[in-house]
Amino acid sequence: MSSIVNILLQGVLLGALYALFAMGQSLVFGVMRLTNTAHGDFIVLLVFVLFVLTNLAHMPLWAAVPMLIGIAFCAGYALQYTVLNRVSGRDPLPSLVVTFGLSIVIQNVLQEVFSADPRALATGGFESMSISLPGGIALGLLPILTLAVTVAATLGLQWLFGRTPLGRVFRATSDDREIVQLMGVSPRRTFALAMGIAFVLIALAATLYAMRTAVSPSDGPALLLYAFEAVIIGGMGSFWGTFLGGIALGVAQQIGFYIDPGWGICLGHVLFLALLTIRPQGLLPKTA
Amino acid sequence: MSNHMNVSERHFEIRRATRASRVAVLVLLIVAVLVASFPYWAGRDTLRDFTQIAAYLVFAMMWNLLAGYGGMVSIGQQAYFGIGGYAMLILANYGGLSPFVAVPVAGAIAVLIAAPVSLVAFRLEGGYFAIGTWVIAEVFRLSIANLSWLGGGSGTSLTALQDVPRSLRESLTLWLALAIVVAAIGLLYVFLRSKRGLALTAMRDNAVAANSQGVDVKRARFGVYLVSSGGAALAGGLYFVSNLRISPDAAFSVNWTAFAIFIVMIGGLGTLEGPIIGTLIFFLLNKFLSDFGTWYLIGLGTLAIVVTMFFPQGLWGYVSRRFGLQLFPVGRRVVFLDSGSRVLSARKESADPQHAAH
Repeated sequence: MSSIVNILLQGVLLGALYALFAMGQSLVFGVMRLTNTAHGDFIVLLVFVLFVLTNLAHMPLWAAVPMLIGIAFCAGYALQYTVLNRVSGRDPLPSLVVTFGLSIVIQNVLQEVFSADPRALATGGFESMSISLPGGIALGLLPILTLAVTVAATLGLQWLFGRTPLGRVFRATSDDREIVQLMGVSPRRTFALAMGIAFVLIALAATLYAMRTAVSPSDGPALLLYAFEAVIIGGMGSFWGTFLGGIALGVAQQIGFYIDPGWGICLGHVLFLALLTIRPQGLLPKTA
Repeated sequence: MSNHMNVSERHFEIRRATRASRVAVLVLLIVAVLVASFPYWAGRDTLRDFTQIAAYLVFAMMWNLLAGYGGMVSIGQQAYFGIGGYAMLILANYGGLSPFVAVPVAGAIAVLIAAPVSLVAFRLEGGYFAIGTWVIAEVFRLSIANLSWLGGGSGTSLTALQDVPRSLRESLTLWLALAIVVAAIGLLYVFLRSKRGLALTAMRDNAVAANSQGVDVKRARFGVYLVSSGGAALAGGLYFVSNLRISPDAAFSVNWTAFAIFIVMIGGLGTLEGPIIGTLIFFLLNKFLSDFGTWYLIGLGTLAIVVTMFFPQGLWGYVSRRFGLQLFPVGRRVVFLDSGSRVLSARKESADPQHAAH
């Protein structure tokens, strides 16, 4: 009994990280219908930027993370404004090819500069601290922090989209970018802002991911697939849906790992394909 | 133009071939005969190079059929490349079939697998379809990596060919490669010139408009998906007959699709000529620059980005528009014979998928 509870709890905590991976992707899907195939590689890239800040520039973590978030926002804004805006039209092909090309470039540049070895972030032992629950279940402090950050990010995004003028512009641009342009809103700047915010979420995900495990330059595509699956399982355009999608994926993988370590990832993919077949609109689809 | 409006039917004719296309067919036939005679005079490196080129070319042509004509951008076609390789290996190692016969059978098996897979993949559209197909390819990779009788993650070897003398094996592999390339180019050319091919070209330019003209877009897409999956499996089967060793990571690597995207975008999307030119460029780059490893891949990725952003027609699209050249004319040209020396012609289809899409 307690092992089942344990699997579920660990699955939820793993899923919270996947949900955080997926938040940026969900935002980008929602606002500009852009399929960013380099999403996972951006997470890995920011992990390595964090390594540079902490290990080479010798910044303490509490100073490096805000700096990373600032760098990420500017990088996302600039990337969308200069490159991706030119290819995010109705035809999905140009944006797919350009982001896929970026993915290959990022992986190989990181490998050239940092070698293919995985690297871990030093957290002073924080990643191994845990609290014990009755029944021999131990919950790590880092996964609990991850869950808290993910819930906060979800709440923040819901608030941003539902209650602020910027969120209204995001939703309107998502519905019809031509009409929004007639109202005096620049879709180019709106998209750039959305990508900047997505990159802030990617920076948070990158920080927590680097604390959890060692990261190598070729990890990006796997992270992209988890993020994508969480978005689709949850239903497009709903951040709580994305949150639930990430949790579902994490639990499925954890169950798979328990049955046989070789099948964990695969079971997550199979759950995704099964849900896609029986419920293509996702768990919490946005009712337009 | 008004003096042409009342032209009676006898004063124009429909031309389907061009001088360039007649020359191209002749040149290709000569090249095919030349390649067929390789085993009698060329070195074994040449044989191996051609087989590799053939696998890349056929795989890229099938990706082009899917994305360029069917409008379905996939990052998961490596699923069928790998299925082709593994189906061929299982039939040859365990079924006692000759690997050279097993390759086309593997193509047929891939079509049978693609039919139910499409039910899941077609739930997604556009960019979501692209990543969804990648997930499907990963499921195949991870599943085969868990099968210990197929060598698991470290893979296995094609033992069925160990009794065949090396030179005979290499000659047969070359002829198989040539047969697959000729069949793929020939069948696609004949198909695209047919009525259904015209429907597919219309779909490439604008799926909604084609649908309103009576083209069954859903059925056509299903057909395109099956054919391109079968073709990708032929390429995979061929590659691993030549390679003799297979592993899940090599067979289901996303790099296959990455290379296909590169080849098609450089050469020209939605044309028959594009993948051929793209493959030649890719192969030359690969031959001379792949020693640079990561820098080579960084260059390929950057080139794909630059071409997509600034030359979406690709190399062949540019040449074709600039010089009005068509090596494989699939359209119909109306040539007016009246009005003295002036010969006006109108192409019945757009040679320019990007413009029509916007």
